[in-house]
Amino acid sequence: MTDLAATGALPKPKRDIVPVLLPAALALAMLPLIGSGSSWVTLTVASLAMGMMIFIMASGLTLVFGLMDVLNFGHGAFISVGAYVATLVLLPLATWVQADSLLTNLAVLAPAALLSMAVSGALGLVVERVLILPVYGQHLKQILMTTGGLIVAEQALYALWGPQIIPLPLPTSLRGSFIIGDIAIAKYRLLAMLVGLIVFVGIQLVLNRTKIGLLIRAGVENREMVEALGYRIRRLFLGVFMVGSGLAGLGGVMWALYREQVHASMGNDLTVLVFIVVIIGGLGSIGGCFIGALLVAMVANYGGFLVPKLALVSNILLMVAILMWRPRGLYAVTSR
Amino acid sequence: MMILSGDPPRSRTLTLILVAIIAALAITPLVFPGAKAMNVATKICIFAALVASYDLLLGYTGSVSFAHTMFYGIGSYAIAIALYSMGPSWAAVATGVVIGLPLAMLLALAIGLFSLRVEAIFFAMITLAVASAFLVLASQLSWLTGGEDGRSFQLPELLRPGTVLIPKSAFGFELNGRVLTYYLIFIASAAMILALLRVVNSPFGRVLQAIRENRFRAEALGFRTVFHLTYANCLAALIAASAGMLNALWLRYAGPDTSLSFSIMLDILLMVVIGGMGTIYGAIIGATIFILAQNYLQALMGAASNAAAEAGLPLLPGLLHPDRWLLWLGLLFIASVYFFPTGVVGRLRNPPRKSA
Repeated sequence: MTDLAATGALPKPKRDIVPVLLPAALALAMLPLIGSGSSWVTLTVASLAMGMMIFIMASGLTLVFGLMDVLNFGHGAFISVGAYVATLVLLPLATWVQADSLLTNLAVLAPAALLSMAVSGALGLVVERVLILPVYGQHLKQILMTTGGLIVAEQALYALWGPQIIPLPLPTSLRGSFIIGDIAIAKYRLLAMLVGLIVFVGIQLVLNRTKIGLLIRAGVENREMVEALGYRIRRLFLGVFMVGSGLAGLGGVMWALYREQVHASMGNDLTVLVFIVVIIGGLGSIGGCFIGALLVAMVANYGGFLVPKLALVSNILLMVAILMWRPRGLYAVTSR
Repeated sequence: MMILSGDPPRSRTLTLILVAIIAALAITPLVFPGAKAMNVATKICIFAALVASYDLLLGYTGSVSFAHTMFYGIGSYAIAIALYSMGPSWAAVATGVVIGLPLAMLLALAIGLFSLRVEAIFFAMITLAVASAFLVLASQLSWLTGGEDGRSFQLPELLRPGTVLIPKSAFGFELNGRVLTYYLIFIASAAMILALLRVVNSPFGRVLQAIRENRFRAEALGFRTVFHLTYANCLAALIAASAGMLNALWLRYAGPDTSLSFSIMLDILLMVVIGGMGTIYGAIIGATIFILAQNYLQALMGAASNAAAEAGLPLLPGLLHPDRWLLWLGLLFIASVYFFPTGVVGRLRNPPRKSA
């Protein structure tokens, strides 16, 4: 009997920290190349902020794929929809946006972001029920259906809002930079980093500390087994899909404010970036997605500073390099 | 039968439609010599070949590529850059072909070897990423490609509209360089489509279909699936590049919007699915329907939009605006993937059984 009693701690899964160190190593390696410390800090902050925004957009996509083997080519539509919905709040309340008070600014930004998330989440519900439900398990049709959805969504945005670019100025108190010595850090980038970190920590907490998260992780690893245990994984998936769409909407708002403009083609442009991030990170892995987003943003920012011409293809080069090293992405979660 | 590689349309209605389309395309320069009709007919020819080559990938191997316009663009740009920098000579056309085709094939080979080992979904994402990078490159390297403006160029003497080979007085219609170019494109496109029919009905084509149906089983039977998929990818790229060359010859121009943009990729997808995947004939039907709709439906929608605006209806004028025709086509696309995934050709070949 005594032989069977567990004495020591359970064997822990091996931690794979090499990918975690990668962004830090890349940032440090770039320091001597860039030379000036202040521009290095500016670039690094810019990369972190951009990476966080991309992560927010990509996180939903990677979870949806991991959990249900559904790749949503229409993910970019949620990004654009989120940005457009935000203009519904931000443009009529322009006086609040222009007011030079952080509280007033946030009082208008927060509802705008929440509304965007709610609308894109609700749209996610419709898309999942109408477009994806009929084609579960058929990759080819999923790609075609969601691509069709992307076309329809983009055109509907044009029809409702018109084809012109909508300018979306940043709130006054988020303009400008903090200046510490000769280092300038844009305020909005700090906010973007903060929101990104909150989302990342939030997702990690939900995934690792709650029962829902346990079910999601179990579902990613073995869907049939979770179903066999009596959980309705379809409903779980619908929830994940809606949250993922809502996060894409939030990302869209942040990106639109970052660029200070809204256009229906932004979803399309960002889809490519988001896909690269998801591939680099390993399909289905939140951690990998986070690191992938940081890497993509760093390569884009450092590359744009050092060799502007190279920045055009830097993402592809990064993806090739990562896939040479780990063909299934940084963290291979699913067995698929 | 020989020329169709033993794969006839297999439906009387389909045969009639195909014969009608091909006959109409063949006599377009004689009957409708206007610029618009000629442009539409040429576009149908070129896209029929381009879409058929995409069908080889999508319909026969089941892999979704988003890089097909990249190969189309490589073909267009190869001809355009060669003719632009070397002047209007046949040697320049030959140089464009000799540089463009191998370039397209090498790129297809690289992408294939790199990403076809794994799942279809991976291939789709990688091609999307590579194609978008290529689009950015083409619009940024302006010393080579002319940037956003693209490259306009002169054709060799023989193919120019001003060159009259048979004057109108002889047979009642004028055979000029433009008409000659049209027939060159018509015959080249027909040849490419017939070649694709040959490919898909060869033992090689059978293996592709086996891979589409069950890759694991095909591999278990001893076929090297990566080799077959990569080979199919290279073939499709070659045909796409050739179609791009024809396109450049007709437009006397190559630019990002006419040959590389993502919207052309979506057009191709729509055409394949509407026409019918995995049939090759579907490409002809799909291209014809789509391009006719693109050119003539928009006018109809404009009229409907104005009528709705006059009637004072909300929202409808915006939704019916001619520029929004893709919205309706997108809805049609989703409906056709859902309700009749085999497209027009599949429907005509296997009409839905009536309940007895």
